[in-house]
Amino acid sequence: MAACLVLGLAGLTWRLRVGTSRAMLVAALRTTLQLLLVGWVLRFVFAQARPLWVGGMALTMLLVAGHEVLARQRHRFRGWWGYGLGTVSMFVSSFSVTALALLVLLMPQPWYDPRYAIPLLGMILGNTMNGVALALDRLTTEARQRAGQIEAQLLLGRTAGEAVRELRVLGMRTGLMPMINAMATAGIVSLPGMMTGQILAGNPPMEAVKYQILIMFLITTGTGFGALVSVWWGGRQLFDERERLRLERLT
Amino acid sequence: MIPRLEVRDLRGPYFGPVGFLLPAGGLVFVRGPSGAGKSRMLRAIVDLDPSEGVVLLDGRPRESFPPHVWRRLVGLLPAEPQWWADRAADHFDRQPSGEALAALGLEPEVLQRPVAGLSSGERQRLALLRLLANRPRVLLLDEPTANLDAANTRRVEQLIEALRTKQGVGVVWVGHQTDQMERLHPDRVLELAAATRSVA
Repeated sequence: MAACLVLGLAGLTWRLRVGTSRAMLVAALRTTLQLLLVGWVLRFVFAQARPLWVGGMALTMLLVAGHEVLARQRHRFRGWWGYGLGTVSMFVSSFSVTALALLVLLMPQPWYDPRYAIPLLGMILGNTMNGVALALDRLTTEARQRAGQIEAQLLLGRTAGEAVRELRVLGMRTGLMPMINAMATAGIVSLPGMMTGQILAGNPPMEAVKYQILIMFLITTGTGFGALVSVWWGGRQLFDERERLRLERLT
Repeated sequence: MIPRLEVRDLRGPYFGPVGFLLPAGGLVFVRGPSGAGKSRMLRAIVDLDPSEGVVLLDGRPRESFPPHVWRRLVGLLPAEPQWWADRAADHFDRQPSGEALAALGLEPEVLQRPVAGLSSGERQRLALLRLLANRPRVLLLDEPTANLDAANTRRVEQLIEALRTKQGVGVVWVGHQTDQMERLHPDRVLELAAATRSVA
């Protein structure tokens, strides 16, 4: 029934020549296949419940997210750095926040129980990926546009860190803004997806709310630390050991 | 005597090799056609671009200074100085005195104005003052009077002359005009062309 609705919308946009009907159908098909696939994988991993499988799944999620961060940047770092920067930033933040939540807050037995670990990591990693991609994209785009201003500060004897400080701040703000907006409007403008899912599945609303608040705080922390690590490290990579701005390191 | 600045076999992708000695209080006048690599050479000396060769300040190699300290001691005034804040005053760690401003024909209120509202000549003179606040031992000036009228050109020349004689500041001056070169009494003239060579 829901698929018919999407088909109907695709037909309408085709009639109106919006030019998105094909992309929409492909995306809908991808959603269906990807979610069916992940459902099948999750069923397998949940049944196994071995740390190796959970770790393997988490690593796969991280590597795919790293690729996605790279794809979303207009001026990415050349070579290994382009992939490593985003991936390591996400690893440091998402994995630590998820581990903290599992070991201290939720405390499932065992702590790596895939029923908790995988969905939690998925939510934190997905949002951190957005934050890191936005923060890095802002940092590198601004660096290209403001190269003259950065060099002017270097020429006056400021360190690379001082010269790139404003860019890092802008990157951080851009990376964090979606989560700040989401927290500010949560429950008023929209009901968050996880909470909606729980309520639709028949859980008491207050229980759903409690988990949603926990998740949003974890996501914000993960996103914030991910953006922080990526702009700090990215800012360093813009310069060489003699604090020369090296824009040729960007594509 | 140890020269204030020694440049030996300096080369980058678009210039060189080039070499010269600059005594304390001395002036090297650099000239050559557009594209000869004059600005590139200055950027390399100040370590803004990677280069090969030896650069010594008072006998000490460039690489032994932290980069930001080097750029305070060897100050570069680019042909087109850049600004990162809206207001002129926000580009100074220490505000220049009225006397320093007057020496370059500037009113104190110029600091409170937005950079976008300043003339190119005012910006060029303010950029020089901004650089002098670091009390550099060597000044690399890339066509510092290109946007100035005759009176302000003389003011800049006199200020640089005073820094040379009173503080022993060494100066590398990139310019085109022969009459200006004669007024500055350079210790050395460096001609940059397709084949770089040193004259006089």
